[in-house]
Amino acid sequence: MKVQAYFARHAQTLLGSLGRLVGQPFATLMTMGVIAVALALPLFLNLFLANARTATGNWNEAFELSVYMDKRASAARVATAAKQLRQRSDVAAVRIITADQALLQFRDDSGFGKALDALSENPLPDTLIVTPTLAASTPEGTEALKGAIAGMADVQAVQLDTEWVKRLHAMLDILRRLVALTAALLGAGVVLIVGNTIRLDIQNRRTEIEVMKLVGASDGFARRPFLYSGIWYGLGGGLLALILVAVAGAVLARPVDALAKLYGSPFHLQGLRFGMAALVLGLAVGLAWLGSWLAATRHIRAIEPT
Amino acid sequence: MIRFDQVHKRYANGREALAGLSFTIDDGELVFLTGHSGAGKSSVLKLIALIERPTRGQVFINNQNTAGIRPRAIPRFRRNLGVVFQDHKLLHDRPVADNVALPLIIAGVPKREVDKRVRAALDQVGLLGKEKNGPLELSTGEQQRVGIARAVVAKPALLIADEPTGNLDPELALEIMKLFKRFNEVGVTVVIATHDVHLIEHFAARRIALSDGRVADSGLARVPGPQ
Repeated sequence: MKVQAYFARHAQTLLGSLGRLVGQPFATLMTMGVIAVALALPLFLNLFLANARTATGNWNEAFELSVYMDKRASAARVATAAKQLRQRSDVAAVRIITADQALLQFRDDSGFGKALDALSENPLPDTLIVTPTLAASTPEGTEALKGAIAGMADVQAVQLDTEWVKRLHAMLDILRRLVALTAALLGAGVVLIVGNTIRLDIQNRRTEIEVMKLVGASDGFARRPFLYSGIWYGLGGGLLALILVAVAGAVLARPVDALAKLYGSPFHLQGLRFGMAALVLGLAVGLAWLGSWLAATRHIRAIEPT
Repeated sequence: MIRFDQVHKRYANGREALAGLSFTIDDGELVFLTGHSGAGKSSVLKLIALIERPTRGQVFINNQNTAGIRPRAIPRFRRNLGVVFQDHKLLHDRPVADNVALPLIIAGVPKREVDKRVRAALDQVGLLGKEKNGPLELSTGEQQRVGIARAVVAKPALLIADEPTGNLDPELALEIMKLFKRFNEVGVTVVIATHDVHLIEHFAARRIALSDGRVADSGLARVPGPQ
């Protein structure tokens, strides 16, 4: 009976504070809106990051190393080198482009056709195109493979075009930290916003709190409705933030798909996952509760009947 | 029940409200605190309700030295005490029933029990049927009776009132005082601060006259004519 009464009382307070918020729809929506914007901003950035990582992840798999052989190496020695490479555990495939094939292709692609005929001999070397395995397709893995190949006999030079990928990853790393920083700052913002709203609310209901204390209410009892208000603010703000992100995702999905198609990529814009959405809601409620707790604890203690 | 022992109260602004006040009020007594405004009546009630603490001296309630009651224990202490104010101190955004129910809800009384006791308290002050009204829809005298219902709903052993008839015309004031008298008759200790010496001549009760923060006179009021 006692436990039941306890829960009934809490449910009553919970609904009571909701009713109070609904009674002032404009002010309530304003506060929830501010919370939503503060939460949506880092969410957007985070989604952007997740999508960028998916997109570059696809490119990552397309790494290839161009191995230029010594021009003095015979065709047999080039074939031996290719065979050696195929036996490595971090190599998925090796393709040989002979000097003649390379010249033909260059002639077609470059439009220098006639000019090239003037050359007395083919200036291009035999080339091996090495594709690392998926497991070795990390910046470190390909770097190690490059070193190993450079040490092989008859190899003139190894070219690995990963500089730009490394730079991109470095940029994404910075971005990820920026997102974390922004999220932390805006999270603190949510705590302050809710704290301030609750502080004003307490000021407006000062007389009521005084009366409650006079008839025997503890600080905890007087604080309870304000904590519930904070929880509602967080829940409302979190839901609004999720709606904002969903709407933005819907607006962007079509043009992003169109862009990906232009690049011949199967890339598809990723929306919020359920787990992420739940996390955002939980975080919103937690932060708002913290803000209301800080404000209510401090300001209700200060109100004493006179 | 209540014992003041050489109590001094000096407020932060330097005003000395009580200067070595001593008196005792027994269980079940009805006592009027009288005196001009500034004589110290309100200070006495605030010390009893632990709204203020004595600067020097000691206040005992139920044989407990109030100096030993920590701030955290004050809410529990106040739940055994009914307080009535001159300005009622009702919550205007809630119906009468919710105002009266407040002390019970704070004490964690189950809902069904709350409804029953609220109706009983409203019945005692003659306001049964006004549960759903807002306090501002009621007359001043009715509002004061709501305040009294709230003070007695948790059945405290001690009821204190600060100028409960201050805003009422003589007829209504007498009615309110009779209400307090009735609670006293069923065993509640009642302490009422009032400056209206004519009004309390109707009651055979002890009065403690304060002047400059001391007891100027203490004794039974003259026995009245027909009440």
